[in-house]
Amino acid sequence: MQPVLIVEGLAKEFFLHEQRETIPSCSNVTLESREGKLTAIVGPTGAGKSSVLKCIYRTYQPSTGRIIFRDQAGQWLDLARADEHQMLRLRQREIGFVTQFLSCLPRKSALDIVAEPLVASGVHRTAARARAGEMLARLAVPQRLWGVPPATFSGGEKQRVNLARGLISRPRLLLLDEPTASLDPGTTDLAVKLIEALKEDGVAMIAIFHQPDLVRRLADDVVELAPPMAVKGSIRECLS
Amino acid sequence: MSNRILEVRGLSRIYGHGCPLCVESTGPENDTNICPHCSSVVAVHGVSFDLFRGEILGIIGESGSGKSSTVKMLYFDDAPTEGEAIFFDNGERHELFQRNAAQQRSLRNKRFGMVYQNPHLGLNFQVSAGGNIAERMLMSDVAHYGEIRRRAQELLLRTEVLPERMDQNPKTFSGGMQQRVQIAKALVTRPPLLFLDEVTTGLDLSVQAAILDLILEIQQELDTAMIVVTHDLGVIRLLAGRTLVMKYGRVIEAGLTDQILEDPQHAYTQRLVASNL
Repeated sequence: MQPVLIVEGLAKEFFLHEQRETIPSCSNVTLESREGKLTAIVGPTGAGKSSVLKCIYRTYQPSTGRIIFRDQAGQWLDLARADEHQMLRLRQREIGFVTQFLSCLPRKSALDIVAEPLVASGVHRTAARARAGEMLARLAVPQRLWGVPPATFSGGEKQRVNLARGLISRPRLLLLDEPTASLDPGTTDLAVKLIEALKEDGVAMIAIFHQPDLVRRLADDVVELAPPMAVKGSIRECLS
Repeated sequence: MSNRILEVRGLSRIYGHGCPLCVESTGPENDTNICPHCSSVVAVHGVSFDLFRGEILGIIGESGSGKSSTVKMLYFDDAPTEGEAIFFDNGERHELFQRNAAQQRSLRNKRFGMVYQNPHLGLNFQVSAGGNIAERMLMSDVAHYGEIRRRAQELLLRTEVLPERMDQNPKTFSGGMQQRVQIAKALVTRPPLLFLDEVTTGLDLSVQAAILDLILEIQQELDTAMIVVTHDLGVIRLLAGRTLVMKYGRVIEAGLTDQILEDPQHAYTQRLVASNL
């Protein structure tokens, strides 16, 4: 089975102009992601786990390394250097990202927020809302909350809305950054079942979980990161 | 690419006589946009970008950075000193600044829309809210009274202005309602390209949310490309896929919006983001 994504020698460092300081975030990360498999990234806080996901999604501009993605048409492209319009298109159709926090327009209902990725990819609003309802039901979000903006929801309810939105469009590659962090054990189990269903459906996933039992239950591969050394100077200089 | 709607290259605007040293003496490195030799203001220099169909592009920067001047030139409110802009529409290629005044007026009335921060620039306060919408329809060659009234009503409803207020003068409306009438007026011709200049500035938070929500719905429904000018990073985060950062008339950084906000590269963008979040 061909990989969907190959990350080679990825490093990310931040140069803070005001402080004239370079902050290393992750270095020399190499991993692969395949259809229907989940690769878990583990390591202590500060090891750069989220940075790896953000580099793949291009929220961060990688400092060095390659992030080779095989798109739906079978073309390989380096996400570290991809054109912004290519990235936007991939985000809309092929690469999904569930972060730890829900970020959305203030006045929109939970149902519309979950339906949004489908509407953006051309699905009719009525059909998208029906699918959104199914997702919210599968994550046990009470129906009385569907028409309400999530601003007043509890942390767990917001995260379920976030998860439903991230999982609804069935991307080819799904990045999950602690998707179950604020869920109770019962809801975590529902979320895990959804993730398992997506795996069976062939979605490639790279995920960060803090609970070791979730890594054991879901991961096919594990990549362990150690915190990079806090040094001044560029990653390139340090590696050479 | 086939779905490109606007191509802007080297757009520049100098207010004043200008001198050969204007460009090199101004800009972010010189910390000014006023030429020390001739006192001309280099409002915009060398701005280039592409915009795709249905895309929302944000332009951020402090007051005087040239963001509003950029969209004003594209909407023909002002003429550039230099540069070109090509608008691709229905298989036709329009070199915006090579068109004569009548052609520019026609594009502005039929194919572009503009929502200003100040409703006094976008609305005619001598006529009713419905009359404002009707004016724009008349300018785009729709002359049937019933059709005009029906569309005006439909648009006001869509922008959450009570249709029974259609015949009232917008000067009796709140700021948020005036903005919504402006949006309705801009949208009545279903333009493929819409400019939004600080549309939520000065409005209270609930009205801001309503307007942002409306803008996104319209973009999804009509596949309208938009250029959103703002100094509010929250607005950019929620609306724009890509963002340009301007300072002293120059684009100093461009990228995916989340990247600009979470991993800014330029010293100025880092300061801007740090002071806003």
